[in-house]
Amino acid sequence: MALLETINVVKQFGGLTAVNKVNFRLEPGQIVSIIGPNGAGKTTFFNTLTGIYSPDGGEVNFNGRSLLKLRPDQIAARGISRTFQNIRLFPDMSVVENILVGMHVHLRQSPLATLLHLKGFKKEEADAENKAVELMHYVGLRDVGNELAKNLPYGAQRRLEIARALAAEPLLLLLDEPAAGMNPQETEDVTRLFRSIRDDMGTTILLIEHDMRVVMNISEHICVMDYGEKIAEGTPAEIRANPRVIEAYLGRGAVAGQHEEKLQ
Amino acid sequence: MVPLFFKQLLEKLNRGFWPYAIILGHTTLGTALVYTTPRSNLAFLTLITSFFSLYWFRADTRFKIVAGVLLALVVIPIVGVRNIFYLEVIFQICLFAALALGLNIVVGFAGLLDLGYVAFYAVGAYLWAFFGSQQYFVLHFAPGTQPSNLPFLLPGDAFYLFLFLAIIVAALTGILLGLPVLRLRGDYLAIVTLGFGEVIRVLANNLDKPLNFTNGPQGITPIQRPTMPQAVVDGFNDLLGGLIGHPVSTADMYNVMFYLFALAVIIVIIFVTRRLDDSKIGRAWTAVREDETAAIAMGVPLVRMKLAAFAIGASFAGVMGVLLAASRTFISPESFSFMQSIGVLSMVILGGSGSIPGAILGAATVTILNLQILQGFSLYLSELRQSDAIIPLINFAWRDLSTQLDPAKYQRLLFGLILILMMIFRPGGLIPAKRRKRKLASVEAAAEK
Repeated sequence: MALLETINVVKQFGGLTAVNKVNFRLEPGQIVSIIGPNGAGKTTFFNTLTGIYSPDGGEVNFNGRSLLKLRPDQIAARGISRTFQNIRLFPDMSVVENILVGMHVHLRQSPLATLLHLKGFKKEEADAENKAVELMHYVGLRDVGNELAKNLPYGAQRRLEIARALAAEPLLLLLDEPAAGMNPQETEDVTRLFRSIRDDMGTTILLIEHDMRVVMNISEHICVMDYGEKIAEGTPAEIRANPRVIEAYLGRGAVAGQHEEKLQ
Repeated sequence: MVPLFFKQLLEKLNRGFWPYAIILGHTTLGTALVYTTPRSNLAFLTLITSFFSLYWFRADTRFKIVAGVLLALVVIPIVGVRNIFYLEVIFQICLFAALALGLNIVVGFAGLLDLGYVAFYAVGAYLWAFFGSQQYFVLHFAPGTQPSNLPFLLPGDAFYLFLFLAIIVAALTGILLGLPVLRLRGDYLAIVTLGFGEVIRVLANNLDKPLNFTNGPQGITPIQRPTMPQAVVDGFNDLLGGLIGHPVSTADMYNVMFYLFALAVIIVIIFVTRRLDDSKIGRAWTAVREDETAAIAMGVPLVRMKLAAFAIGASFAGVMGVLLAASRTFISPESFSFMQSIGVLSMVILGGSGSIPGAILGAATVTILNLQILQGFSLYLSELRQSDAIIPLINFAWRDLSTQLDPAKYQRLLFGLILILMMIFRPGGLIPAKRRKRKLASVEAAAEK
């Protein structure tokens, strides 16, 4: 059974159709990329999945249940966690606190236990703190637990955002351009991190990415979007050879040129 | 250079036995000054600021608690009944500190700009004003036409019950007002809360017909107080009469009692706020303040968390409303104007948005400035006006000074100025909010393995 399935999802802004009848299936345990030129509707598609936008048509099923009409926090509680294209941490909270917010849906503490500092509350808080530090280490951050998130360097902020998303113990992790703004070394490191996340935790990963080294290196399956529509789907090798994809990225002339090249 | 030197000096004074010496010295000096010159503003300021040194200097917690308890429960009541005006000032500081702490949850923690906060204060005040007075039997009379021999609906001791009822009623009002409002963000939220604040005041002003619930602009009076057993007054006199120097009346004792109630409420509020702040709820509030979209994507239920902030903030104001109604025995819509909301908000911002000690310091600063320093200046100026004194050099007779020049009237101007300067030089407030530093070293070490 597919973990995530969208059927004819449509999202419109006024006259603009940002996502147009996208059918998409995601099998559990896969790493899948969505690629496409700027403005192709990739982030909008993410936002419809996470409930930040509600789709104007179609269906979104996750883990066998519909996500339609759910609020973003309810969808998060179902097991979809995400990062953002332009990093959205809680800048004036510490690193550990940022990760603890990610655990929100799993913390069971009642207001009464909180006020009275009952045993269960203290234990839960201590466990959560331990787990937060573990996650911090897991994504490669050390000794910065008490730093404010805004004081971290750019690459570390990206990592923290991933740790925060993992804190929710998601079934599906959505990464929106996770390697944007990183140098080749950092890019390689996070690519390895994504693969280990999938291998260690069994988390399914869906990512939007422009950096083809990441995409081709890590994806088992690639979905290409252009003008709000899904124009191609397949393994990295298939996508690389697909003329429609090349056309979408480089323009019609490029494909024609390639064609001529082949003739010669 | 000077600030650096000052900073180093303070650091030096914050080590070893110095803090103890300073705290003891400051408190004793303040107490002695107020005790010997019960009318001096300076003496009172010395005493009040000793709370600040108690907070600021590093000393053993047990020492601090003992000193604080002595100061709050022994010194203040004694000097308070010697000059009842001081007790009034301190009571007002407590009232506003509680309001500032409540608003701090809404504005400082959850980042929801609420410009109608006194509405909840009004709800608490009118709750006890209605049930704790004869108002129930006045329902069918237009304001001012009721007979004079009406009975009271409830005994004065119901006050205690209403302290708790006010929590519930104010919280429910908060939820009720919050539900339609909290889907809005930023500026829109501020405008709508402003509107709701005014709605409550206008309701209080106009609910004298068709049924006379609030007695309109004339307000409700007399409002009952809980009973004061003669034994308490006698006991107080026996215990402390010698130090006070004159027998304490029941009326004075009421002032002491309301001061103690306000103090107790503040302590509860601080306790609740700190516990909540350091839990899932508090973190969710801060997350909502920092980035709503990211918070909701991490599974924080926005509306529920905002409602919780609204309701808890409101309940603090509700309790204080009951205390206000009982201590004043009179309530009118004027006490709940928009300027009051702004006043409490400026206390929060002055003290440091999101900071608990900041909110209290902000409330104390603004209240003392209002009631003591500016009034004191006004008094001083009017004394000068009546004297034959002349300003040397420019040869200006104080007598000719315009009566328009009255510092007490420049309150708003001064606050505006203070707020502007604060925003430029210390945007975090007097005591900026700090995130708790966790002891992570051992946790990190454990995680390494």
